[in-house]
Amino acid sequence: MSEENVEMLSVSVWRGDGEVGRYQDYEVPRQESQTVLDVVTYIQRHIDPNLSYRFACRVGVCGSCAMTVNGRPRWTCRTHVSKVVEDGKLTVAPLKNLEVIKDLSVDMTDFFDKWAKAEGSFKGDKTRHDDFAEISPTDRKRKAASAGIECIGCGVCYAACDLVAWNKDYLGPAALNRAWTLVNDVRDTNDKTRLKAVAGDAGCHACHSQQGCVESCVKHLSPTASIAGLKRATAWAALKGGLK
Amino acid sequence: MTPQTTPQMSPDDNLDIQSTHQSETILWLAQRISAMVLAVCILVHLGTIIYAVQGGLSAAEIIGRVGGSEAWLAFYVTFVLAITVHAPIGLRAILNEMTKLSRKRVDLLCFIGAVMLAYLGLKVAIRFYNLGVVS
Amino acid sequence: MKASHRNHPNYWAFVLHRVSGILLALFLPVHFQVLYLAIKKADVFDGFLHWAEMPLVKLAETVLVVLLAAHLTGGLRLLAVEFLPWRDGQKTVVALTGGASLVIGLVYLLNAA
Repeated sequence: MSEENVEMLSVSVWRGDGEVGRYQDYEVPRQESQTVLDVVTYIQRHIDPNLSYRFACRVGVCGSCAMTVNGRPRWTCRTHVSKVVEDGKLTVAPLKNLEVIKDLSVDMTDFFDKWAKAEGSFKGDKTRHDDFAEISPTDRKRKAASAGIECIGCGVCYAACDLVAWNKDYLGPAALNRAWTLVNDVRDTNDKTRLKAVAGDAGCHACHSQQGCVESCVKHLSPTASIAGLKRATAWAALKGGLK
Repeated sequence: MTPQTTPQMSPDDNLDIQSTHQSETILWLAQRISAMVLAVCILVHLGTIIYAVQGGLSAAEIIGRVGGSEAWLAFYVTFVLAITVHAPIGLRAILNEMTKLSRKRVDLLCFIGAVMLAYLGLKVAIRFYNLGVVS
Repeated sequence: MKASHRNHPNYWAFVLHRVSGILLALFLPVHFQVLYLAIKKADVFDGFLHWAEMPLVKLAETVLVVLLAAHLTGGLRLLAVEFLPWRDGQKTVVALTGGASLVIGLVYLLNAA
């Protein structure tokens, strides 16, 4: 295949850390069914080995390759170039709202710290010697939990959320979504602490339902719905006995 | 490496994080309930205006309708009080998110705003009522 | 260019709701005080009502009513999100509430303005 026949893609990639850096332009050969991750990988392997980026499974199950593509947070391995290219140009930047380590790699510490702050982990009181918990799949609470359970913690919703950008303490859609699934898990015993953790101006009450999270979630979850559920649950708890 | 302090928080904010969970929840609930009350009040208010203004509007007509009427007074007092709850809580969120004012200062400003709205609103509601009573 | 992660209807609905809320909050104290001063006596009030018949005032009133209706319908939409079971298709709801507020404005314009 001669050089002249290969269509080229103009790619602008953020280089540097979050404070000091600039966009650097590259020319990458277009290929059929090319994904943005393919493009970034090509740059690192064939043009600039200093480019830092993150990926793992590259087949759309781990969420590690999340980056900002033409302004929107996406999984780059699941984003076909043909779907997002604008006038033969592509812009790739690190996820927003997270500190940039280098180039396209961000520090996910805050994201997961907030997950813990929202009491986003299961706490039960049964042991292996106890019977199985019997929960019907059509149970209302189980359905509510199941609706949000597929989150893999990729950070795309966090990057898309305006409140995360405006309020440094806001726990964010993913952490709150996970908390809601646990609130609906009848086997969990940590409700009191959890509801208190997710209430307040750093919790569910910061959300104004703009649904940037719903728009961007690759797994089509609705953190806004979960956060609305937390608002109702915390209000109920506040009225009954207080959030102590 | 990680930012040490956040621009929106000041030292005094840290002390009361625990107790704010309850108060924030109650404020949220108060705003939603006042919103529901306002939805009804607005529809009545707008509906009345659209109905009343057809064929022109006069002072005598308005005073004739709401003056001296306990029902209308009760309506407008409810309306004003709902606004007094709803608007300041809404503005509080905006000030907290979009300005660098401390949370305590924002709370104070919104409280003052609430008092002002209540004062101005109740004043005029009572005056409308009294106009009907006197004449 | 506005970051395109904000280019979706629910974001615009949020902006409209916030802006209309601020404008209404600024309008209300003026509304209360103007009425209070105007109803000192019936003839002063009639004078005020006469002034309010000016086309520019009627236009401003209509804009205000549209803002009020937008805030109201947007607010009902939010109350539905927060209190009723979640429904997908939120974009449709945004469109409906937007349309409803224009209709209310139109009804005002045709009847009361």
